[in-house]
Amino acid sequence: MKPVNFDYARPGDVAGALRLISDEDHTVKIMAGSQSLGPMLNMRLVQPDLVVDITGIAELRDVGDGADAIVIGACVTHADFEDLRVPDVTRGALPSVARGIAYRAVRNRGTIGGSITHADPSADWISILAAVGGKVTLQGPAGSRTVAVEDYMLGALEADLQPGEMLVSVTVPKLSASARWGYYKSCRKTGEFAHAIGSFMVDPERGVSRAVVGATESRPYVFKDARKLIGDGKSDLRLDSKLADELVEAEGMADPINRQTHVAALRRAIERAQTA
Amino acid sequence: MAEKSGKAQGVGASVLRKEDDRLLRGRGQFVADIRMAGMKDVAFVRSPLAHARLKGVQVPEEVKARVVTAADLEAVKPIRAVSGLAGFKPSDQPVLAFEKVRQVGELIAMCVADTRAEAEDIAAMVELDFEELPAVHDMLAARKPDSALLHEEWGDNVFLETFVDVNIDSALDAPIKIRRQISTARQSMAPMEGRGTVAYWDNRMEQLVLYTGSQMPHIVRTGLAECLGLQQRQIRIISPDVGGGFGYKGILLPEDICLGWYAMKCGHPVRWIEDRREHLTAGANCREHHYDITVYADRDGTLRGVDCVAHVDSGAYSSYPFSACLEAAQVASILPGPYDFPSYRCRTYSMATNKCPILPYRGVARTGVCYAIELMMDAIARECGMEPHEVRLKNLVRPEQMPFDNITKKHFDSGDYPEALRRAMAAVDLPGIRERQRQGEPDGRLIGIGHSIYCEQGAHGTSVYAGWGIPMVPGYEQATIRMTPDGGLELRIGAHSHGQSMETTLPQVAHEILGIDIDRIKLVHGDTEYTPYSTGSWGSRCAVMSGGAVATASRELAKLAKGIGAHLLQAKAEDVELVDGSVVSASGSVTLAEIAHTWYRKPQHLPVSVDTRGLEVTIGHKPVRDSGTFSYAAHVATVAVDPEMGDIEILDYVIVEDGGKLINPMVVDGQIYGGLAQGIGTALYEEMNFDASGQPLASTFADYLLPGPTEVPAPRLDHMETLAPYTEFGVKGIGEGGAIAPPAAIGNAVNDALRRYGVELLHTPMTPHRVLEAIRDAGSRPQGNAREATQKQGQGELV
Repeated sequence: MKPVNFDYARPGDVAGALRLISDEDHTVKIMAGSQSLGPMLNMRLVQPDLVVDITGIAELRDVGDGADAIVIGACVTHADFEDLRVPDVTRGALPSVARGIAYRAVRNRGTIGGSITHADPSADWISILAAVGGKVTLQGPAGSRTVAVEDYMLGALEADLQPGEMLVSVTVPKLSASARWGYYKSCRKTGEFAHAIGSFMVDPERGVSRAVVGATESRPYVFKDARKLIGDGKSDLRLDSKLADELVEAEGMADPINRQTHVAALRRAIERAQTA
Repeated sequence: MAEKSGKAQGVGASVLRKEDDRLLRGRGQFVADIRMAGMKDVAFVRSPLAHARLKGVQVPEEVKARVVTAADLEAVKPIRAVSGLAGFKPSDQPVLAFEKVRQVGELIAMCVADTRAEAEDIAAMVELDFEELPAVHDMLAARKPDSALLHEEWGDNVFLETFVDVNIDSALDAPIKIRRQISTARQSMAPMEGRGTVAYWDNRMEQLVLYTGSQMPHIVRTGLAECLGLQQRQIRIISPDVGGGFGYKGILLPEDICLGWYAMKCGHPVRWIEDRREHLTAGANCREHHYDITVYADRDGTLRGVDCVAHVDSGAYSSYPFSACLEAAQVASILPGPYDFPSYRCRTYSMATNKCPILPYRGVARTGVCYAIELMMDAIARECGMEPHEVRLKNLVRPEQMPFDNITKKHFDSGDYPEALRRAMAAVDLPGIRERQRQGEPDGRLIGIGHSIYCEQGAHGTSVYAGWGIPMVPGYEQATIRMTPDGGLELRIGAHSHGQSMETTLPQVAHEILGIDIDRIKLVHGDTEYTPYSTGSWGSRCAVMSGGAVATASRELAKLAKGIGAHLLQAKAEDVELVDGSVVSASGSVTLAEIAHTWYRKPQHLPVSVDTRGLEVTIGHKPVRDSGTFSYAAHVATVAVDPEMGDIEILDYVIVEDGGKLINPMVVDGQIYGGLAQGIGTALYEEMNFDASGQPLASTFADYLLPGPTEVPAPRLDHMETLAPYTEFGVKGIGEGGAIAPPAAIGNAVNDALRRYGVELLHTPMTPHRVLEAIRDAGSRPQGNAREATQKQGQGELV
């Protein structure tokens, strides 16, 4: 379990990184925290000619404050959220979820951009960011584009990343004072990958009600208008379990036991949020 | 004995571990820490298929000099671990495969380079040509006449079949008859440190020096010598610090032989460090048992008889030295557990399959056996409408029967099994738990309580193993004791510590007899050059055997020291005593240090008649009776099962154990904690699955789950101390016990929790999915008078 021989570069700015990854003659992998890429390299599941380490790019570690959103650099670590080095605009959602990602050693190095781009269905960021309405911004030869987190993930271990493109930031909307969120994941042991995730966010002031069923076989199921499913947030939330089961089945989850645990995860996410 | 320093450090004292000073500072020396000039790294080409004819191995010309295949290994013999049991069919495990591969991960070629990464590059260049054969991946299907055959010359896939029948006919009219299919998953042993080997040829000593983390360096030397055709003086095995063994490091691996062979030719040191993928997929399998078991009982819970057909998936080859039949044949002899009943029948099959060889993991067959019989005891209790502990108390061997020869002629040396169970039950509030079950939990979970009780035969010796006829039969365990000129001590034993704390506990034994401070006593072990022969560390034997040998040697040394001391005191030898490290007469005393100084450095003061053995003794030891010590424990688990998610949480865990006299109770507690963690792994997490083509489905710890700190509760421990009648100090072997009982205790607790559904989980690990499947298959809503807390939560989808 040792990687193939590869070259290594650590550019100092995004332009430099984009130049390196535009090399079409070689296999290039971007490395951020390396918490998933590292083992994949060791097992030779990826055999790059060049690894571009982007953790030396200062702007990718910055957080920008906007009027109704913050913009988080791709290389901000899970621990940065956990330790509140990233200002919280989500009424505790992101720091709380960050605290439950894998183990502290992973959180010290693992990055939000790397996690989303790795596109593991059972990872935490994709499910909570889809609930709060997060977006990702990509830069590439054709310039910059911004897409919803749930659209960025195409499938298991597959992100909508064009040749020469890289994720540079994640935009998270500022939730209103009356917004509520919830997150529940089922793991067999602490730090293990989740087998079912439920998450939601309602923000009555902004008229938003979103629910997510994650840790599926592929992309999370994102219900962007979840008012019928969980409520609009103006009164007590309640999951319509029967509707949830139908919706999850319609998304393609055939196994009844899987549906049971995933619907239960969503319901527990709601139950846990009642007092929040 | 009074202590000189005022601080107890003899037998029974919980002194801190001497070895921790280096281990906890990260200064241990494991095989992978060894650096040698010119050392090269090895990677193996392993079979990607479980069962295939190997038609060709193509090595590119440019790397031919750095690749070894079976064709190169002239005069190297395959590994052959026979058993003397009637009908056993031996297998030849090739060092490098030729003609056929029989498991994924089987070695095909050895690649050598400056670094492991480059060796892996070379391995990737070797091309293999196969004709794939149907894989035998299911041990029950392997007995069918149309099954593919691993070893064609056998005519079937059965290493060994055994059969015992003691009067089963008289049980058949019992009013209660319960039959179940119970099984334990295949596991991987997963010590923190995997296997590893560094080998070189020492020209001066004319010796192959092989570092390998081993529980039994002397057995490795013997096996290696036989395979390589060397005299044993030509091999030196050094086992440095060992990061856990659990049985895996008691095995002679083909990798060791490859490296040994290569080191003899190549002129430089060579090493192989097993990585975790190799460990999980190719090396370290254990535990896979299947029981078709029927129990017969009276309505009052009296056990009338047990009838069982057991299969053990022994994998592709018989591993050295324990053989492929250790587990299954052991099942037949230990299935009755600590119960006294009149009728018994058991048939066992050691099955060959296209998986890596099964190896004896901590507890060996006992974990599976305990799971099977203890689940059945609870099934009887449910059938009789009794509390499970009441059924057990009715059938356990009683203290007044000791020593007791059970139905399979196991000789229980001592103990009070009912008392262990009563104490464990006294530690929990059973009526309170039953009331909570009636009330229902506020969070909708279901709680349950389960027990298990077992006996652990340890340190069984010649009389037991001679009958097995495997390559290794333990005899007299030897120890060497030697005083140093400054009055310190060196102890030398042939067994090796892979976490057992022997660097601390054996000095405690010597201290008990000689009174020398344990800081001045050094244990030398893990090196065939410096230690007497031993079968090594296995079978919970070191405290009894090595401890007994050190005690015996210490007493001999005391006699020698007293002889010299008496002369120095101008007294008769029979008039002096050894007290607190000094030889004392009526008129004066002389310290052991002064006696040592005299023997080594002032020999002019010795009498003419001095015993010329000096201050060094090598002597063998066996307990008065070598049929083994019987330690035991009662475990009581309280769990909460989430019927919606399938999660199981251990709320409380009580262990009452009896290991006889404990040399160091703190060390024993540590053994029990570690064993419990592994038992919880068996119960709830660990599972090495294979698909129908024999491919292992877990290759990293992301797929193969081990319990972590948050999954292992702090158990509540209580010790009993029934002295063993046949051993030094009354010590019993206890190292494996913690790993034996948890699957049964947790399984019974889960089944107790799920009782309202009328379902039982009978397979380890009890995963969330298996829990939910069982509830689904029950096809009924919760019954009984419990508050329907789960339904109140809107759990309409539960059917």
